Amino acid sequence: MRFSYFPGCTDRSSSMEYGLSTEEVFRVLGVELVEVEDWNCCGAAATHSLNRLLSLCLPARIMSKVLLSGLTSLVVPCAGCFSNLKRVEYVLRNEQRDRRVIEEIVGFRYDPSLEILALLDVVVNRVGLERVYERVRRSLKGLRVACYYGCALVRHPKVTRFDDPENPQSMDRLMRVLGAEPVEWSYKVDCCGADLAMTYGSMVRQMVGRIVFMAREAGAQAMVTSCGLCQMNLEMRQQLGLPVFYFTELMGVAFDIGQRERWWGKHLISPRPLLESLGLG
Amino acid sequence: MGKGLKVIEESSSFLEEVRGRSGERVELCYQCMKCTAGCPTAPYMDIKPNQLIRMIQMGRRGEVLGSGAIWFCVYCQTCGTRCPNEIHIGVLMDALREVALEEGVGVKERRIHLFHEAFIRSVRRGGRAHEVTMLMDYVLRSGDWMRDSLGSGLRLFFKGKFPLFPSVVKAREEIRRIFERCGEGE
Repeated sequence: MRFSYFPGCTDRSSSMEYGLSTEEVFRVLGVELVEVEDWNCCGAAATHSLNRLLSLCLPARIMSKVLLSGLTSLVVPCAGCFSNLKRVEYVLRNEQRDRRVIEEIVGFRYDPSLEILALLDVVVNRVGLERVYERVRRSLKGLRVACYYGCALVRHPKVTRFDDPENPQSMDRLMRVLGAEPVEWSYKVDCCGADLAMTYGSMVRQMVGRIVFMAREAGAQAMVTSCGLCQMNLEMRQQLGLPVFYFTELMGVAFDIGQRERWWGKHLISPRPLLESLGLG
Repeated sequence: MGKGLKVIEESSSFLEEVRGRSGERVELCYQCMKCTAGCPTAPYMDIKPNQLIRMIQMGRRGEVLGSGAIWFCVYCQTCGTRCPNEIHIGVLMDALREVALEEGVGVKERRIHLFHEAFIRSVRRGGRAHEVTMLMDYVLRSGDWMRDSLGSGLRLFFKGKFPLFPSVVKAREEIRRIFERCGEGE
């Protein structure tokens, strides 16, 4: 199995443990990730907030590089990047006039056979949970987690076409296969406000505080995410000290991957005490 | 011409303009208020999303374009997913910000606007976002020292998560051309 892989800007900076754990986990699964040649930023929230055309052309350039590589499935770890790429895919497929403008500016021909997939989707639905289960060396038994999907992975459903927009289950199923216990809670798709974190910190602290509080109320010992921006924001702006994992990190613990000590050093809230208390250190 | 008649003329044109620009059928809204009920930033908005839609229908152009609400929308798409009339308010908000900027309407939330601009400049420079130079750019232009984030920002820096040297695209010419063609040249 072979996929084109778009790491995104934060993979080299604020969410480097997401990138590191993804590479290790996929190596263990025997799935090859081929980095997109000379990729650029997807434009993030800032671009579509101010300039629609630019927000369509930046992701389109990434797609053009994938098409040149000959691969037809692009995997995206960050939920924010995923959402931007899916939005452009939707426009290219449904708006002929926009499509011509984008193709002309970026200088490529869009091929609708190119599919854009979230990393979580690939793990659960392409690699498959059976294959994940075969690699589990240490069950995460006793670990209660709140799976947090945030906004970008599941909304808008007609654009992302992944899981249920109000009560998604993919990550919950994955956690069960690893031996952990996902809690039922009502805030799994509530926005954490990361886009305003730098400009309205106090407001975002309230948004994050409510989400983390509800996770703990539901009995979770930690949260699990699939987005570089959510993870950083949830760690930075909470007061409860609840560790926040990337789902690939918990796969790494269950697969007993040696390099994981390095990931924990990148967290603002160290997950070590929790893992050690469960004999998973 | 009476004042009332003028208001009606203005209102129909603003509704048409917003619909043409965003592709969203704003006239379908019947005020169920699901959008505002589920909006995570509505508590901080001066005009709530359902009110904003009504004001577009009424043609209250200046108030809509000059509102803080259009800047507080984070495009989480909760409203658009739940709207029974399939009005995608996130797309609408993007379009309203573009119109406000084109017409030079005073930006109510200057910091949010400057932050997004700093981000776009960062991508224009290297093809990829680079946190350190982007944040410096934002601080210098806004005078906002982000006291809320400074402490944890520094901790992340010492953990090596904000590299000093940017990762850049090799084919910078391609990036420059896209920015120029999209009206974001130097």
